[in-house]
Amino acid sequence: MNIESIANPKITIKDLNFYYGNFRALKDINLSIAEKMVTAFIGPSGCGKSTLLRTFNRMYQLYPKQKATGEIMLDGANILDSKQDLNMLRAKIGMVFQKPTPFPMSIYDNIAFGVKLYENLNKHDMEARVEWALRKAALWTEVKDKLKQSGTGLSGGQQQRLCIARAIAVKPQVLLLDEPTSSLDPISTAHIEKLIDELKEDFTIVIVTHNMQQAARISDYTAYMYLGDLIELGETSAVFTNPKRKETEDYITGRFG
Amino acid sequence: MNAMLNLYTRRRIINAVGLTISVLAMLFGLFWLCWILITLLDKGLPALTPVVFAQMTPPPGSSGGLLNAIAGSLIMTLVGTLIGTPIGILAGTYLAEFGQRGWMAPITRFINDVLLSAPSIVIGLFVYEVYVVRVKHFSGWAGALALSILVIPIVIRTTENMLRLVPSTLREAAAALGAPQWKVINFVTLRAARAGIITGVLLAVARISGETAPLLFTALNNQFWSSNMDQPMANLPVVIFQFAMSPYEDWQKLAWAGALLITVSVLILDILARVLFRQSATTH
Repeated sequence: MNIESIANPKITIKDLNFYYGNFRALKDINLSIAEKMVTAFIGPSGCGKSTLLRTFNRMYQLYPKQKATGEIMLDGANILDSKQDLNMLRAKIGMVFQKPTPFPMSIYDNIAFGVKLYENLNKHDMEARVEWALRKAALWTEVKDKLKQSGTGLSGGQQQRLCIARAIAVKPQVLLLDEPTSSLDPISTAHIEKLIDELKEDFTIVIVTHNMQQAARISDYTAYMYLGDLIELGETSAVFTNPKRKETEDYITGRFG
Repeated sequence: MNAMLNLYTRRRIINAVGLTISVLAMLFGLFWLCWILITLLDKGLPALTPVVFAQMTPPPGSSGGLLNAIAGSLIMTLVGTLIGTPIGILAGTYLAEFGQRGWMAPITRFINDVLLSAPSIVIGLFVYEVYVVRVKHFSGWAGALALSILVIPIVIRTTENMLRLVPSTLREAAAALGAPQWKVINFVTLRAARAGIITGVLLAVARISGETAPLLFTALNNQFWSSNMDQPMANLPVVIFQFAMSPYEDWQKLAWAGALLITVSVLILDILARVLFRQSATTH
């Protein structure tokens, strides 16, 4: 499957290379992300799947010596262009990390923090937005009576849903999930997988996961990566039942990786 | 099997020896500390009468207290902390949050380390040279200035260390929302490190409240009540220094009372710092 065959791409990547210093971590990646679908990146540790995800919101730019070349087109503009305003980009592309990262402030303020960066909402509208985000993240019923309590006091699974609520509260178009369930128990994982399924109605979702079953369960498209190369991209059902490349088959059948 | 048992026995013996040496070392250190505390309580408690807090430092032979010295110490410690803390926190934030690139940060960090271990008497002489000599008299301002120079490196060091303890994922999470760096630092990382930074400030206050050398050349002393920062100012460490060295018994008694006061207040500050830090450790 090549890039052209994805009908409605939200993001199109052309000849993307990524460097940690002199080490080339991504090699000529060409790939499209379908709009309002879930795309999963799978592959063994160190294959570059997280690195690829972190180029979409240029997270790597927090660190010196990391750079990306090539093209990542989002709505007709190249994300990697040096003229691209980073904060506006990140408002459009939200991200949730492997470990829950609640800010050291109340649950309410955790959500309001991001919203306040872009919108001047009055108290009533802000309350409505916070409730909307928490409902979307399936957390509202659990925290509605303790919005003023610290976000760090929640359980791991709740913290992660808080982070998802925080990310969607700013109404991004794309949601990047970097192994969002790898530090959670099975019940919390099931919660979040169900959530991802609901969220794709509104958002384009890209998820990195170590867990192949998870990719099979929740994604529409799957990309298999190995040592910085994109080996195969296709509809998830096709990749898992009838992979085109031998390497992909070896990985998903557990003979390798 | 036998070889394995031998190895195991050997390990247990080494463990026992190591543990014994460590405990002895701890007891050795603790012994002197307790001795100092007991002597201090023994000599200081009887001298610690209400008069100490009500009257000024007396001439030899007449009754008096330490009121002017206590007040002077409080004022200079407060002003020194107020000057030193903002500078220390800002510089520490720079080192932790902006110091990854360039040559400024490593040099600043090195100089700060030197300043941190500089003898306090050198700092007293420095302020004497650049301030006291110029205005031609000792003053409370000069004392506070010398103390603030002691505060700065301590606060820089703890601020930087505490900010570095904040996981980088928290910074990334805030940046991923599109927050500019100053907002990430102000609202997320500094807030996450707040308890640790306050602990550092408290430790700095504890450190300067007992310093004698930097005040000898700057604030000097004052026998009378003075809240004028532009005049020489009484303070506990220098009073203790003078009174303890004197041949007069009532002065020596007052020196013991002063020493006990300083020790107890430093102890309280240290405990406060520990409690605060522990609280922050449990919430993160």
